[in-house]
Amino acid sequence: MSVQIRTLEEHLHASPQADSELTTQEYLVNMGPQHPIAHGSLRVVLRLDGENVKFVIPVPGYVHRGVEKMCEHLTYRQIIPYTDRLDYLSAIMNNWAVAKTVEKALGIETNARIETIRTIMSELQRLQSHALWWGVTGMDLGAYTAFLYGFREREIIGEIFEETIGARLTMNYIQPGGLMYDIQPDFAAKVKKLIPYLHGCIAQYETLLSGNTIFQERLRNIGVMDGAEALALGCTGPILRASGVPLDLRATEAYGVYDQVNFNVVVGAVGDSWDRYYVRLHEMRESLRIIEQLIDNVPEGDYATLRYNEELILPEGLHYGQTETARGAFGVFIDSDGKRPHPRRLHFRSPSFNNMWVVTRIAAGWRIADFIAIQSSLDLVIPDIDR
Amino acid sequence: MDPEKLLALIESICPTVRHRAHADRAALSIAADELLALMAVLRDDPALRFDFLVTHTAIDLPDEKCFELVYLLYASEHGHSLFVTTRVDRDNPVVPSVCGLWPIAEWQEREVYDLMGVLYDEHPDLRRMFLEDDWVGFPLRKDYQDEHMLELPK
Repeated sequence: MSVQIRTLEEHLHASPQADSELTTQEYLVNMGPQHPIAHGSLRVVLRLDGENVKFVIPVPGYVHRGVEKMCEHLTYRQIIPYTDRLDYLSAIMNNWAVAKTVEKALGIETNARIETIRTIMSELQRLQSHALWWGVTGMDLGAYTAFLYGFREREIIGEIFEETIGARLTMNYIQPGGLMYDIQPDFAAKVKKLIPYLHGCIAQYETLLSGNTIFQERLRNIGVMDGAEALALGCTGPILRASGVPLDLRATEAYGVYDQVNFNVVVGAVGDSWDRYYVRLHEMRESLRIIEQLIDNVPEGDYATLRYNEELILPEGLHYGQTETARGAFGVFIDSDGKRPHPRRLHFRSPSFNNMWVVTRIAAGWRIADFIAIQSSLDLVIPDIDR
Repeated sequence: MDPEKLLALIESICPTVRHRAHADRAALSIAADELLALMAVLRDDPALRFDFLVTHTAIDLPDEKCFELVYLLYASEHGHSLFVTTRVDRDNPVVPSVCGLWPIAEWQEREVYDLMGVLYDEHPDLRRMFLEDDWVGFPLRKDYQDEHMLELPK
């Protein structure tokens, strides 16, 4: 047995030192906990040789709130708002993961209306998340206009959410057995008006950034990762698909009404930062396609199948459910003792937590500026890493 | 592949495993000292090929004086998934690390060590992840006490 526990300090000193041939001195740079490209509190220690990154040590924990511990004292409905705060850009998909797990464990049937609205809302949220990601990536790489454009689209989709859900950011909308509220009467009309507008926006994104030579140079062939490596490093979502692995829970483990609509799983060819950028742009088009197919005939029916105050006690055992959020697979692992309406143990498998780790493997050997591009292309949401 | 068939297939390959009752998908229990050998078979056998460690976590069971470690595996090629559980003594929670098989385990095991205090044998870089290096205790254990903790309703 050789269990060896280290501290960060020991880890930094144990890391490889400069070769004797080098004339430059290696040094450590703390990027964060407050840094514009982290979009939150994340500390990344870079060991640099001049401008070259020798290796990267992520130090999360600045937003850690002990969500899993808190959930041990909450009922399953009370857990829903906590999932919003993990990944606030995929709040609805995170809600859905909890709802799905509880529904599967208890055998609760929902109707077509609920599933259709859940699917439409999830895709709107994915559009919102990817639009914002596109904007902040532009900003990280020096294109401030993109940031404003990305936020503009996010706000416009936010208005639609606000009308039905009453919130713009932390929307605890999907509940076990149904939805929190029914959609507003003019929801469909508004979304239909939005679709051509968003198509126009994506075209605008293409002209503004995709065709820009500087932008391409900063992403192409940077941080390359092949499919096998991405799988071994636990990546999911657009990062995994950019490496050519067609793994998308919407297709492989169809939930909601994803099995009733036509859409493509977008995959990349090279697995570099550029592919990660482009996969997300194409996914926005696919999301619009899904909404187009569903918005005209939302079935009639009730929007909730359970009474709100109904006590939910999950059967004894291990339960796991997952949904495809804008950043990858968000899973909810529940261990129930079968006696209390609380989980005995609850664990969130959050996509950013697993996606984060690839920077330690793919960022070494690049310049600091490339490290910015790589981390930006991973689309991390910091509270989702820290939980 | 449906869970029954998958379990039958795994049993034909490694006869020492047991089914685990009460899980929403195929689930195996295995002794901690056989964990590495079984995991290597699960990853490498062409009929199984579990190439993706979806998540790893631990459950504290103070009444049974053990930690139950749960690994959720997924096979990207075949599309099947599997829980693997193993139990370790609560007073001496040492378990072999699987990061030689799935590199992401290095990251996931560090989280479990940080919050639950499970020690991973042969882990290359076992240190606190979310908490400070000098933090005392492991917050996700059921008996964890802290002077700042509020009494929560039972």
